[in-house]
Amino acid sequence: MKVNFEHLQAAHCENGVTTNLLATIGIRNMTEPLVFGIGSGLFFIYIPLLKINNGPAIAFRTQPGLIFKRTCKSLGIPVTRKKFSSRQDAEKFLLQCLEKGHPVGCQVGVYYLSYFPKEYRFHFNAHNLIVYGKEGDNFLVSDPVMETVTTLSAYELERVRFAKGPLAPRGQIYYPKEKKEVSDDRIRHAIVTGIKRNVRDMLYIPGNFAGVSGIAYTGKKIKKWRDKLGLHKAGLYLAQLVRMQEEIGTGGGGFRYIYGAFLQQAHAFHPNDALLDISRTFTQAGDRWRTAAVQAAGIYKGRIGSQEDFNIMGDYLIEIAEIEKKAFKALSKIKWHT
Amino acid sequence: MKKEEIPQHEGALSKLTREMVYAVDNAGNYTTDLSSGWEVKATALNVAWQDIEQRIAAARQKVLNKEASPLLFFMELRLMDPGIVSAYTGFWKWQVKRHLKPAIFNKLSEKKLARYAAAFNVSVTELKTMEVHEG
Repeated sequence: MKVNFEHLQAAHCENGVTTNLLATIGIRNMTEPLVFGIGSGLFFIYIPLLKINNGPAIAFRTQPGLIFKRTCKSLGIPVTRKKFSSRQDAEKFLLQCLEKGHPVGCQVGVYYLSYFPKEYRFHFNAHNLIVYGKEGDNFLVSDPVMETVTTLSAYELERVRFAKGPLAPRGQIYYPKEKKEVSDDRIRHAIVTGIKRNVRDMLYIPGNFAGVSGIAYTGKKIKKWRDKLGLHKAGLYLAQLVRMQEEIGTGGGGFRYIYGAFLQQAHAFHPNDALLDISRTFTQAGDRWRTAAVQAAGIYKGRIGSQEDFNIMGDYLIEIAEIEKKAFKALSKIKWHT
Repeated sequence: MKKEEIPQHEGALSKLTREMVYAVDNAGNYTTDLSSGWEVKATALNVAWQDIEQRIAAARQKVLNKEASPLLFFMELRLMDPGIVSAYTGFWKWQVKRHLKPAIFNKLSEKKLARYAAAFNVSVTELKTMEVHEG
């Protein structure tokens, strides 16, 4: 049993699943950057008291699941989403979907994801992939971060769909319910909604540890890490920051490049040249993030490690906060014609 | 980042796939290309794993010194915190923390030990002895 499906690689799993699932219902003009921007994917948060894998809890993107949800809602596409308490029901429902010809998105944990290299298998439960068929005992799997499709046995798939811990997937399945035409006008509106929501999230979110103020806050904290944590642990914290920023799925520069690409593509729908200028500002922000990563690497490799080196690292983030603030302020001032 | 500056280094992921990266071409337009990895982040991952290896070794020593139960060793080995162990075993988090004490762990019934063994994907004997045979 195999459903008609085309695997297209993406930088990020949820963007890729969304883009590829929309293609299955005939919407072929969606791209990864459009999905990311319409879903207001860009974000920053550092939760000081929470620890993940003994390191700081940092994210460069919005909460898992929201990109698919917001994009479909903005485009007016009804969605089926189901969680299960029983493993049998979860598999039965999956098979029914495939029989009806729906490839489906599945939320999975990566700890037991057998095709991932061991080094990547942490208890991270918000990975997404598409199941598009079953041959013998093997489910046909399209993991959008990979170049090619792969398979999981029924047991392996069940194990990752029922991974436990924070953000446990509980067998979650989701897919767009029916074929639907999406007009350019609808996309134009969706782009504006996505940008406005992203402006709100990055500039006006309350508290000082999220949005652009969160980036500056993290920069100030980093300057204190050396004294507070000691050089070794401070290095581990910086390594975790770099992994969140650059590991599979961000497209480089903590999703800032994908957002730059989104603004360029948005220009095709809203021919306002300010979008191209602001896109360049995001490229600059992404470049700065990568420069900061090189500085961080110097510290966790033990090549550098003075307080001055931590100050430079912290100042990079404070500077990036200013760049992104400028970019989002400029986005908030655009007059949209819709 | 310019397209020609996309790093092509080796990383743990290179065995499986190249990943997609966004960058600008000479005309300033965004495009994508595949990258085999970037040494900066490959090192970040290595550093994280070195730390994990050290934590596992430290936990083993603590168990041998009878300062902790084998539970601590397996939690480090399987990258789990008490919350995740609780989710996989059905024990409460406070119970898991209590079972980290050797005296209390040693009195656990076979049935309870089996719950831990299943969560760590080992046998009860392996759980008690910390000798794991993995294929």
